[in-house]
Amino acid sequence: MGSRRMTFGQATLEAMQYAMDEDPNVVVIGEDISWGGNFGQFRGLVDRYGPERVVDMPISESLIVAMAVGASAAGLKVVASMSFVEFTLGAMDEIVNQASKFRYMFGGQVSVPIVLRASDGVRGSSGAQHSSSLEGMFCNVPGLKVVAPSNGDDAKGLLRAAIADPDPVVYLEHKQITGQRSEVADGDHVVPLGSAKIVRPGSDISVVTYSNMVNHALVAAEELASLGVSVEVVDLRSLVPLDVATIAASAARTGVVLAAHESWTFGGFGAEILAQVRECVPDQSQLRTHRLGARSAPIPFSPTLEPAIVPGAADLVAEIRRILAV
Amino acid sequence: MDSSPLDRTRAIDLLRTMETIRAFETRIEALFKQGLLPGFVHSCAGQEAIATGVCSRLDRADCITSTHRGHGHAIAKGIELDAIFAELYGKAAGACGGRGGSMHVADFSIGMLGANGIVGGGFGIAVGAAFAARYQRREQVAVCFFGDGAANKGTFHEALNFAGVHALPVVFVCENNRYAQFTAASRTTAVADISVRAAAYGIEGDSIDGNDLLAVIDATDRAVARARSGGGATLINMATYRHSGHYVGDAEQYRSREEVAASRSEQDPIQRFTAHIVAAGVVTESEIADVRLAVEARIDAAQQFAEAAPFPDPATAMRDVFTEAGS
Repeated sequence: MGSRRMTFGQATLEAMQYAMDEDPNVVVIGEDISWGGNFGQFRGLVDRYGPERVVDMPISESLIVAMAVGASAAGLKVVASMSFVEFTLGAMDEIVNQASKFRYMFGGQVSVPIVLRASDGVRGSSGAQHSSSLEGMFCNVPGLKVVAPSNGDDAKGLLRAAIADPDPVVYLEHKQITGQRSEVADGDHVVPLGSAKIVRPGSDISVVTYSNMVNHALVAAEELASLGVSVEVVDLRSLVPLDVATIAASAARTGVVLAAHESWTFGGFGAEILAQVRECVPDQSQLRTHRLGARSAPIPFSPTLEPAIVPGAADLVAEIRRILAV
Repeated sequence: MDSSPLDRTRAIDLLRTMETIRAFETRIEALFKQGLLPGFVHSCAGQEAIATGVCSRLDRADCITSTHRGHGHAIAKGIELDAIFAELYGKAAGACGGRGGSMHVADFSIGMLGANGIVGGGFGIAVGAAFAARYQRREQVAVCFFGDGAANKGTFHEALNFAGVHALPVVFVCENNRYAQFTAASRTTAVADISVRAAAYGIEGDSIDGNDLLAVIDATDRAVARARSGGGATLINMATYRHSGHYVGDAEQYRSREEVAASRSEQDPIQRFTAHIVAAGVVTESEIADVRLAVEARIDAAQQFAEAAPFPDPATAMRDVFTEAGS
């Protein structure tokens, strides 16, 4: 089977179409959805499936999630566009108190098959309320699954898996890469939730990361290769469930782990990655663990300040050189 | 759904439901005060006419969302008494396997989409159920029970607006018991009659005496008929009163004993209904006594079932976080 170059957003659109063609109970709701969404990820869906199935919602985030919960408990599969991830905070009550708990607190009577699509990450001067990465909050809540693809091919396969999944999935799409083109496999394909991928093998250090930080890590790995440093890049793809086996195997091979993400370091998901490595790698004697994330400040607007808070490829290079003393 | 006039059979059915809710709440309150029930409970005693009247006009497939004060809604919608009693004990045979407790009683098989510990949590869920029903061309109605306190949540506005935009088959039933937790509605809510807000959402509003079972039934019939015929949502203010405090054990310093006593003696929905049906010659005093005896016996049996039922095995504590087993 071949592949085509397309944007991350177009790749998600293909996944949506496969899911909607397959199951008439898949519906899409969100603000500005019939206009294609903020990054065109929903473009054309309303023409193909009609406004009863692709529903423009008022700017009512809590309703969007609560309605998805009620409709999914009644038999639909709801993909809800939350626009920017910060807007999910207006629905955090519904996400944390309803969606994530519905199945458990009602004794397994129902599943809540909803996908909350949200754009996160820095894109360059989007300001403090449109640049955050909030996966750490979602990962801390039992009952939610969380995915964060780094490229169009995974975006397509993970979205397909997320929509097929019977439980609530937070699907995080990084703003910086939503419009970027990459090779995407033709046809229908599924990337199972909970399967990490070693996107660049290496022997000196394991960079365990996800979302757009994977792309920064690949740039950094290429630069460091010229210095003779061999960097392995592990793309988690899915944070909950987490593929601990792949992380631990990589850590055991290289002996040095750098957990990296755009979100805040303090209390962030990187700490969880490193704790898992510490709990799961049998021989701890030579193991070294490090993390790199944003400093604990809101994301600033100014082009000189934003990179002072949120790390990128150059910061990864510097950190890896510091860790390996090269 | 039975729309016949109030004959003996129907009057006894309605009375039995109200008496069952009252007897259940009275028993639960007593057991809780003896320290025999875990957690805490909110009693709906005094509000029985609303749950009973509304649910008597719904089909099994119609959905309801409920509140933290939800036992009556569950009973009126048809939950098994053994299952709700065992749930309040945290037993494995409970409606939710003991996972939910008093505030999360649910039975999706009868369209009871859950009591909810978050005030205002039911609005969007009911809208979602109504949206799904319309999308799947099912002629179902969703009823959202909520209190006067919940009417001040943003979720009220978001849900009623959307229900208005899409003329969804939802009935929003405000159980206006005049107190939001410990605080009088008059101190927190700009209008006494919540239904006047309907105009802001382009839906119908109605306001009735929620302690008058027959008025509840009439209002429900109007709203359900509107919903089923594509006429859209209705917001009904049903005035009622909470016999107990916000929760069982509440010191109730925010209202006078005289106010409570007056409501109990003059506004009790069960007394008003029995007085009406006896005066109308539909049911005799001795038949009412028979209903009460049978209800007490049923509550006794449910309590015995719940007490004898085993607790969940701690080894099952991680089950159903996700749909796949054991994860």
